[in-house]
Amino acid sequence: MKPTENGDAETSHADTPRRTDDESARTDGGTNSRSGSAPMDESIFTQTSNVPELTGREKARRSFERHVYAPIAVLLNDWRALVGSLILLGFVVMGVIAAAPFGIVLVEKATVMEGPIYLSPFQDWAYPLGTNVMGKSILKQVVHATPAMLEMILAGALLSVCLGTLIGTVAGYRGGRTDSALMTLTDVVLTIPGIALVIVLASIYQPESPLVVGLILGIDNWPKLARTVRSQVLSIREEAFTEASRIMGLSELHILRKDVVSNLMPYISVNFATSARKIIFESVGLYFLGILPRSNLNWGLMMNDAYNQANLTNPDQIHWLLVPMALIILISLGFILLAQGLDRVFNVRLRARHETAGGDE
Amino acid sequence: MLVFLLALTVTFALYRMLPFGPVEMVKNHLMQQMIEQGSSPSPQQMERINMMVQTYTGIDPSKPWYVAYYDYLRNIIVYQDFGRSIFKNRPVFDILFEAMPWSLFISIYGLALGTTVSLLLGAVMAYNEGGTFDTGMTIFSIANTTVPYYIVAILSLIVFSFSLGWLPSGGRMDPNTTAGLNLPFIVGVVKHAILPVFSSFIAGFGGALAFRGNCIREMGEGYIRVARLRGISQGRIAIRYVGRNALLPVYTSIMMGIAGIFGSSIILETIFNYPAMGLVTYNALLNRDYPLIMGSFIFFTSITLLGILIADLTYGVIDPRVKGGSEREAY
Repeated sequence: MKPTENGDAETSHADTPRRTDDESARTDGGTNSRSGSAPMDESIFTQTSNVPELTGREKARRSFERHVYAPIAVLLNDWRALVGSLILLGFVVMGVIAAAPFGIVLVEKATVMEGPIYLSPFQDWAYPLGTNVMGKSILKQVVHATPAMLEMILAGALLSVCLGTLIGTVAGYRGGRTDSALMTLTDVVLTIPGIALVIVLASIYQPESPLVVGLILGIDNWPKLARTVRSQVLSIREEAFTEASRIMGLSELHILRKDVVSNLMPYISVNFATSARKIIFESVGLYFLGILPRSNLNWGLMMNDAYNQANLTNPDQIHWLLVPMALIILISLGFILLAQGLDRVFNVRLRARHETAGGDE
Repeated sequence: MLVFLLALTVTFALYRMLPFGPVEMVKNHLMQQMIEQGSSPSPQQMERINMMVQTYTGIDPSKPWYVAYYDYLRNIIVYQDFGRSIFKNRPVFDILFEAMPWSLFISIYGLALGTTVSLLLGAVMAYNEGGTFDTGMTIFSIANTTVPYYIVAILSLIVFSFSLGWLPSGGRMDPNTTAGLNLPFIVGVVKHAILPVFSSFIAGFGGALAFRGNCIREMGEGYIRVARLRGISQGRIAIRYVGRNALLPVYTSIMMGIAGIFGSSIILETIFNYPAMGLVTYNALLNRDYPLIMGSFIFFTSITLLGILIADLTYGVIDPRVKGGSEREAY
C-alpha cells in the first residue's frame, strides 16, 4: 500500500506531460514501476479504486465549477436571488462611486444652494431626485451616505453572525458545562430588550464612526442565531458522518469546520442577510430620532431633516422624506431576496444539477 | 430568576463600568471647567467634584461598584426607591409608574392584534395554497418585512393626521375632557391610540409565512387524513389538529418578539409623541437623566421577562408534552 501512495502523491502534483507517460501504468490500481517497491501479489488489499487522477488543471476547473460556477448558476436561475444581488451590487457601486477611488469624482458632495429650492424629482436632470430646503441635490446626498451605511451594515452583520455561530457551535458541540454557561449568557442578552439597550449605549457613548455604530447594533442580534445554531449542531453532532470523522480521529477543529459549520452555511448566510436588514432598520431609526450623533451623512439623518423642516402635507416637498425611505426599503428588499435565493444555493440537490463534472463526492 | 438577576447585573455593569460612562463623563466635564478657570484640582476640590457628580448622576463615585450595586438593589427591593430624576426632580418610580400603563396598552394591543391576525391569515393562506389569496398575501408579507414599522408610522401620521386631520398627531388623550369613565374621554383615548397601535401591529405582524409553512406541512401528515376518514368535522381538524401542531414552532418566535416590541416602543412613542415609557426614556436620554434611564431600563427588562415568563408557563397549555420536566426549554 504505502509505496503506491507515495508514487501517486508524487505524480499527482507533477506537471502534466510527465503524467501522461505513467497513464498506462496506473490503470491497474496505481502500482507503477517508478515506486521502486518489490512486486506485490495482487490481493484485494493492494487493489485501490479505479478513480482517474485529476490533473492540476482539471482540479482547478472542478473546484471552480463547484465553488464559483454552480452557485452563480443557481443564483442566476433564481429570479429572487438575481434581483436581490443586482440591487445590492447597485448599492456597492454607489458606495464605490461616493468613495471616489483613484481620485475619480463622478458625484460631487452636495453643497448649499447649488440648485433651486424644493425642486421635485425627475424635473431637471441636473438634480434627478430633486433638491431640499437648502437647495442641496438629494441624489448627491443619498450617494454620499452609502459608504457609511454599507460599512455599518457589514460591521454589524459580521459581528452578530460570527458571534452567534461561534457561541452556538461551541455550546452545541461541547455540551455539558460549556453549553449551559454559554446558553445562560445568551439568555441574558436575549432578555435585555435589544433596541432599548442599543439606544442607551449609543446615546451614552455617542459613537461617531459608522463601524462602531454597526458593532453596537450587532450586540443584540446574535443570541437568536446562537440558539438556532446550537439546536442544529445538536442534531448534526449525532449524524453518521460526524461520528465517522470522530472515529477516524480527526481533530475537533477539523470536525467543527468541515462537518458542522459547512452544514450550517445555509442558516448562517440567510441570517447574515436578515441581521443586515435589522441593522439597517435600527440604525436608520436611531438616526431618525436624532439619538446618534450627526457626524456623517446618513439616510436616517436625511429623513430626520426632512421630517423636521419640510412641510409634509405639501406634495412638492415630501419627496425629500420619501427618497431616503425608498432607498431603505430597496436595500432591505435586496437583502431579503438574496437571503431567499441563498437558501436555494445551499440546497445541495439544486446545486448538483449545475455541476457537470462533480458527482463523485 | 437567575437570568433576571444576571441581566440586571449586566445592565448595571454596562451602565457604570465601561470607560466614558456617565460618571466619567460628568467628572471629566467638571474637571475641565475647573482647569479652564485656572485652578488645579486640590483634594477639597476633588471632593466637591465628587459631590457634584453625585447630584448629577445619583452615583457616588467614591463607592466601589459592588457596594453601589448592593445599595441600589436594596433600595429597590425594600423601599421601591429607584432614585430621583435629576431633570424632573421627582422619584423615578412615580414617573415610570404613571407612564407604564399607557405603554402596555399600546404594545399589548399591537402585539395581540398582530399575532392573531397573522396567525389567522397564515392559516387561511395554507388552506388556499397556490390560490390568488395565497400569492397576494405572500407578496404582502414580504413587503411588510421590507418596510420598517416606523416608516409606516411616519407615513400614516402624514396621511391621517397632517393631511386629512382625522386623527391627532400627538398626546395620549383629549386635553378638553376630564379623566374618568365618560364617553368623550374614552373616544379621545382611542383616537390617540389608533395610529400607535396600528404601527405596532405592523411591527408585530409577521410570522404569517412561517405559520403558513407549518400548516401546510402538518396538513400533509398521515394523521390528518386519518382524522378526515374518521369523519371529524373540518373545523375541529383545522383548529385542534393542524392549528395546534403548527403553532408550536411559531410560538417560540412570537415570544422572542415580545422583547422586540417593548424595545421598539421608544421609536414609536417618540414619533407619535405619545407620553409613555418610551417617550419618557427618550427625553431622559436627551437630558442625560441617568437615574431615570437606569430605572426605565430595569422596567423594560422586567416587563420583557414577565412576558416571557407568562409565555413559558402557557407553553405547557399549547404543548402538553413539555409540561414540567427537565426537557422544558427556557423560551
